Amino acid sequence: MKLQKILTDVGTVGLVAVGAFLIAGRMSGQQPNGDITGVITNTSKPVIAIPDLRGTGDAQPFMDALNNTLWDEVSNAGVVKMASKSLYPLDVPQRPQDFRAPTVTAPTRRGEAPRTVKNGPWLTDWSGPPVATNYLAFGYTAVVDGRLALYGWLFNVGQSDVASAQVIGKVYFGSMDGAGARQVARDFAADILQQFGTKSLAGTKIYFVSDRSGAKEIWSMDYDGTNQKQLTRYNSTSNMPAVSPDGSLVAFTTYAGGNPQIRIHSTTTGRRVPFYNPISSVVETPEFTPDGKQILFATTVDGWVQLCIANVDGSGFRRISNVKAIEVSPKVNPKTGSDMLFISGRSGRQQMWRSTLDGADMQRLTSGEGDVSNPSWSPDGLKIAFAWTAGYEPGNFNIFVMDVASRKPVQLTQGVGRNENPWWAPDGVHLVFSSKRGSSTQIYSMLADGSNVRQLTTQGNNLQPVWSNGTK
Amino acid sequence: MSRKKFTNMKTLGASVLAVGILLSATACNKKVAAPAPPAPVAKAPEAPPPPPPPAAARITNFAAEPRSIQRGQSSTLSWSVANATDISIDNGVGTVQANGTRQVSPNNATSYTLTARGPGGTDTRTVTVDVTAPPAPPPPAPAAPKLTGKEILEREGGADVLFGYDKSDIRDDARQVLLKDADLLKRIFAADPGFSVILEGNCDERGSAEYNLGLGDRRSTSAKEFLVQQGVPADKLRTISYGKDRPACTEATEDCYQRNRRVHLAPGQ
Repeated sequence: MKLQKILTDVGTVGLVAVGAFLIAGRMSGQQPNGDITGVITNTSKPVIAIPDLRGTGDAQPFMDALNNTLWDEVSNAGVVKMASKSLYPLDVPQRPQDFRAPTVTAPTRRGEAPRTVKNGPWLTDWSGPPVATNYLAFGYTAVVDGRLALYGWLFNVGQSDVASAQVIGKVYFGSMDGAGARQVARDFAADILQQFGTKSLAGTKIYFVSDRSGAKEIWSMDYDGTNQKQLTRYNSTSNMPAVSPDGSLVAFTTYAGGNPQIRIHSTTTGRRVPFYNPISSVVETPEFTPDGKQILFATTVDGWVQLCIANVDGSGFRRISNVKAIEVSPKVNPKTGSDMLFISGRSGRQQMWRSTLDGADMQRLTSGEGDVSNPSWSPDGLKIAFAWTAGYEPGNFNIFVMDVASRKPVQLTQGVGRNENPWWAPDGVHLVFSSKRGSSTQIYSMLADGSNVRQLTTQGNNLQPVWSNGTK
Repeated sequence: MSRKKFTNMKTLGASVLAVGILLSATACNKKVAAPAPPAPVAKAPEAPPPPPPPAAARITNFAAEPRSIQRGQSSTLSWSVANATDISIDNGVGTVQANGTRQVSPNNATSYTLTARGPGGTDTRTVTVDVTAPPAPPPPAPAAPKLTGKEILEREGGADVLFGYDKSDIRDDARQVLLKDADLLKRIFAADPGFSVILEGNCDERGSAEYNLGLGDRRSTSAKEFLVQQGVPADKLRTISYGKDRPACTEATEDCYQRNRRVHLAPGQ
């Protein structure tokens, strides 16, 4: 509870106050056009220490994989600060009973401080300087019935005794190999991260567009960039993927049938499932509703690309917008299911708008400057990520995050190529996006404050990532 | 001449009659005298020799040279005839002299019969002039080969229609281009009614992919509407948007951006 409060405060500060003085330092050069706040990168997150775990017997060969995975998982989540390993005490506990409370003897003479005699590892070894951590994750592995068992604990070392310090104490089982070692590490990391109000991304998938096969096709990969797989083989141009809320379907736009149309594939079988396109020169930017029952998209009606909605098989087609302007990229609020963001040229240059799913209560959320694209709701429906050519690098697309309530945009990227297609991770903390830095476009992830940028792809051009909320 | 012969023959008959009467008178006197030795055959008075019978008409030569002609050419008939009083060739040639030549130009194979009649008889002879069809004329001078709509479009190349940034309305320069394109398209569809043209809408790289797909569509629709107003058949024009996926150039300059903000005419089928 307390931790969540801290995180919220950090976010608010970043948006409103701290950003103001960071402008001068981090955002050099041009002045922003609008009321755009800078980015905070140095926040006061809780600190965690994770000493390397040790294993017995046959479990030993897999400890490097386990320790690296555990560290990366917790570190990359971005919600905690990792205490540097070089500062750790030599005497590392492996289980709760290793902690030995020091013996404190009363002063023999008046005025003397009480004498403390160390009996073994103790909480204060970690909570005090130089480590000065708030939390300690520790444990060990053993082989149990031919399986790899990870005994893991998380202690709040600020507490005064072992009993009240324990936050997690759990056994995790996996197979006796590297994959099993990474699995138990991810499971332990997921439990740790949950304590800090965030969700592990392990098991989630990112769908994206890659041209590495020679044509733009839809691909998938694991949350960390591993396990990249080709989903479509149309040898045409297929792009703009969207994934159903349960992760079972991927919809996208493809030229496979001539003019751009929507097709839907099963993510499990890879096969095409029926979707009846309206007869139109363009059908694009599909998006599932949060209940998974309908699909929004943009299609040419009366000469202009307009927002529409239909059932997931394309039946029950209904036009939403009716304006002589291009309107694309409808994105339904995952929390309410009743309002949406979209991109419209109805006021001039392409801007981000919001309305109900019926097209009522139209509001423009961006200033009208530059071009805005790719709106993406945070899972809690409180923030919006988008790409914009305004801000500190006018004319170039950069990633922004806007608090829905305050409507203050925060710029997350600058001076590092053309950045587009931000998409929130299911944990609400990470973003994935595509960026052209150099000759090719690649997919990156970062924290929603712009820090901790990691490149996930390298082969060919990779773009338009969408992070599946589903578990499939 | 023939009248004269006839006269001679009359004279001859009268002489024979006179000899007979003389012989009869001699037989009646038999009783009287020994039979008289046969009287020497009375020497008939010397009769003029009979005229030779008239010779039969005879064709000594009747030929066509050449025997075979191509239609439109002529062949020469030549003949010579003896002892004929009446000589003719059928098939429109008519009465001819005993010796002669005549050019004929029959359209089809024709048999010419030469008939020669004379006091001594009639002779006929036939020659046939074969007529062959002339060889086919050389193929007509190759008419300018008929171009398909695709070839005309590729040869003459409809000019790209250019647009302003984030705009799909037809500018003045675009209007001039479209008027020329309309004329070209009308000629193409007249020459190749089965042909169709795709109007490809494109954008520069600056907007987003999603919006540009709509903008390219809007531009191709604008161009199509204009062309249809100029009388280009709407059912021969298809539109497609490539957004910013098919740039003509990739430099980040306004010149290149302008070249990419275009509607391009591409062959359909």
